Order: sequence, then C-alpha cells, then structure tokens
Amino acid sequence: MNLEFDLADWLPHLLDGLLVTLEITALCIGLGIVLGLVLAFARLYAQRPFAWAATAFINFFRGTPILAQLFLVYYGLPSIGIRLEPFTAGVLALGLNTSAYQAEYFRGAIQSLPAGQMLAARSIGMSRLQALQSIILPQALRLVIPPWSNELILMLKYSSIVFLATVMDLMGEGLVLASETYRYFEIFIVVAIMYLIVVLAVTWLLHRLQVWLRVPGLGAGDSIA
Amino acid sequence: MDAILTVEDLHKSFDDLEVLKGISFTLERGRTVLVMGPSGSGKSTMLRCLNRLLEPDQGRVWLEDVELTAAQADLNKLRASIGYVFQDFNLFAHLTALDNVCIGLRKVKRMPRRQAHEHAMQALEQVGMADRCAHYPAQLSGGQQQRIAIARGLAMEPKLMLFDEPTSALDPELTGEVLAVMDDLARGGMTMLVVSHEVGFARRAADEIIFMENSRIVEQGPPEQLFVNPREERTAQFLQRIHAIEGPMAQEQPP
Repeated sequence: MNLEFDLADWLPHLLDGLLVTLEITALCIGLGIVLGLVLAFARLYAQRPFAWAATAFINFFRGTPILAQLFLVYYGLPSIGIRLEPFTAGVLALGLNTSAYQAEYFRGAIQSLPAGQMLAARSIGMSRLQALQSIILPQALRLVIPPWSNELILMLKYSSIVFLATVMDLMGEGLVLASETYRYFEIFIVVAIMYLIVVLAVTWLLHRLQVWLRVPGLGAGDSIA
Repeated sequence: MDAILTVEDLHKSFDDLEVLKGISFTLERGRTVLVMGPSGSGKSTMLRCLNRLLEPDQGRVWLEDVELTAAQADLNKLRASIGYVFQDFNLFAHLTALDNVCIGLRKVKRMPRRQAHEHAMQALEQVGMADRCAHYPAQLSGGQQQRIAIARGLAMEPKLMLFDEPTSALDPELTGEVLAVMDDLARGGMTMLVVSHEVGFARRAADEIIFMENSRIVEQGPPEQLFVNPREERTAQFLQRIHAIEGPMAQEQPP
C-alpha cells in the first residue's frame, strides 16, 4: 500500500469547497428557519386553506427523495422557463427540503407547551402575536434545539449532493482532485475528516448555545413533567 | 350602586352539553364574591367567559360601562384591566418571577423598563415574594408560584381580579399563604370574584356567596345567610358536604 497525501496542493482547493459547503448550509438553514416557522404557524394557527397548503408542502418535501427535489429544481425547472444558477438551485432545493423538516420540529415544540401558557398571556392583555413572540416562541425555541441540531448536522452532510448540480462544494472539489490525481482513497479521507471537524464544531457550538439558554424547568435534562 | 362587572344571561355550550344556562349577576366595586358549587356546575367556564378567554354563545358582560361582549370591544385592553389567576398558576416558564410580572407591563402597557421593574417589585412585595424575584417558576413551590401569579395580575392595576380555584392545585399546607394574600387584597378594597371552596376564606373575606349548580345560579347572598340559613335545599346539602370535609365553619379561624 502506497498512500500519498499531497496536502499542500489539495488543501487550497478543498478549503474553497468547504467554504461553499458552509455557505450553502448556512443559507439553507436560514431559509429553513424562516420558512419552517411560517409553515409551523400556518399549520397550527392559520385558516384551513393555508393550513392545508402548509401540510401539503411539508408532506411533499418530507415524502420525496432530496436528490429528486434537487434535480427537479436544477434540471427540471428550465423546461418551464426557470433557469437557476447551480448554487441558487442547490440552496433553493435543500432550503425548501429542510424547511419542511424544521416546520415539524417547531410545530412539535410549540404543541408540547402547556395550553395555559397561551391562556395566561392572553389573560394579561397580550395579542395572539405578542403571546407567540414573547411567550410561546422563546420556550419552543429552547425545546427545539436538540432535534433541530440534528437537522443542521444532516444538512451539512446532505449539502454534498449539490455537486450533482455542478456546484463546486467540498465534495465537488474532492471529486475533481481525485479524478485528476487518482488518489481517491487519500483525498476522500481528507474530505471526510473535514466534514467531521465541521460537524463536531457545530455540535459543540449548539451544545454551548443550549447551555447558555437553559432555564430551570424547561428543556432537556430538566423537564417539568 | 357602583357596578364594576355586570353579567347578563350568559350561555355557553360545549357540543350538546350546556354548561351555562343563563347566568346573571352584578359585582360591585370593592366587594369580594365567592362562587361555590359542585364540580361541573359551570363555575370555571363562567369565569373564562367573563374576559372571553372562552367565547360565550349568548349573553352580555360589561366592565363598568364598557361592553366586553361587543363585537368591536378592544379585548386586549379590557383583559389587561381584569386580573386572572389560574388554578395551575400558568407562570411563564422561561421567565424569572420578576419578568413574569414585568412582561405585561412592558408589552401590554408599554411601560419603560426601569418603571416596569419598580412597579413589578412593588407587586412582588405585596405578595411577599420580592426576595424570590430572580427565581424561575420551576424553582418555587406551588404556593409561591401562585403568589407570583397574583402579583402578575396585580401589577397591571386591574379593576377587578378573577380567581379560578386558586388553591385547588396546592398541598393543604401551602393554601394558607395564598389565602393570606387574598385576605389582604380583600381588605385593601380590591374587587374580587373567586371560584373556591375555601369556607374559611368565604367567612373571613366574602361579602357575598354565589351558589351554582347544574349550570345555573341557585342562590346568592351574604355568607351568614347562605351558611346558616340557606333558602335552597341544594345549597344546604352542598355546604353540609363541604363542612363534613373541612370541619364546621364555626371553628374556622383566620390563619
């Protein structure tokens, strides 16, 4: 066995790719938080047609393969006249996908709160919107961090499929390097280690966030019930 | 007559079950009125309909001369002037005692932070909880939580306070501290409508008792009349049962 790690040559390319991976993940997760909250609220509080539309959206994106969604957006949309840049297509497809999952996490967390919290907020004169903003969301977001962390970590790794839409992310850069040098084994070990480092760092950061936001009686390891 | 709350022919049904069959009464300023009656008689439903946490099917409610049940009523503003204390406290779990009291002042009354803090601390002092202002609800006993819930209502400077079985979720040794706070409020002239079976509190603080059964008001009057010489057979039977559990009221002493 003869392994050669030509890191000085590889790393600049791989780090470029890593940056793209981080950008895509951050944008997808950001889109997913905003759209996920809207979908969760629509399912919980909106009038029937909107609640149904949100449910249909969530079912579609949770019920079909993420790769099919990416191809639909990148290779499919041009046939109805919508042509997106690879990067944009990747962010859109993965962002819509994660928003469906995040919506369900948010909804679960909101529904797990006792009904008395909303009642008490309304009883002191808060509007429903104020109650959601000041009482329901701050509690639900604390409860949602652990499952939501999984979604972020999954997204970091799932984002690697965007190379199939010709985006040069970490996976894409690795693949090009490997096909040029035929050092598949070495290069993908390095690629895998780079993913691992990012995932561990994100896991640690989210744990810190959870500890920082922890309130007695609310959330993991300190449940009320 | 100086009515704070006027209730006229309130009706409420859940599916086929009629829980309120036409409730009417008037609550005058500074009075403490207790609502008693067997469980399922509609007491809590009635209380929730008063500030429309539950939407009544029929009937009208006035807070002073403003109709709460009017379609164009500013419900949030009206609710802010009606303190509401729940059986299970419902303190906001993510906020300290102080912030639980502050948040209504800040968000609903738009009070500046400093002023809201001072105001909230006064309310906490009034219920004897100022020294626990930095504690979260989960770090406090049920009695302490309920006192903070009362402070949360008081801080809004309400025109009246509604209490929905405020001691029913408490261990017997914790009811005293909550009732003591309510005694103080009654003496201080707060207008209160209290759903409760605390006979001792009724004797000490109530100006009037409303006895409800089967979704209707069966009898109402001053405690001495209802307890000693009730007009209705049902009232007498119910009070006898309560006395059998809690001991004869002749022996009730203030805590």
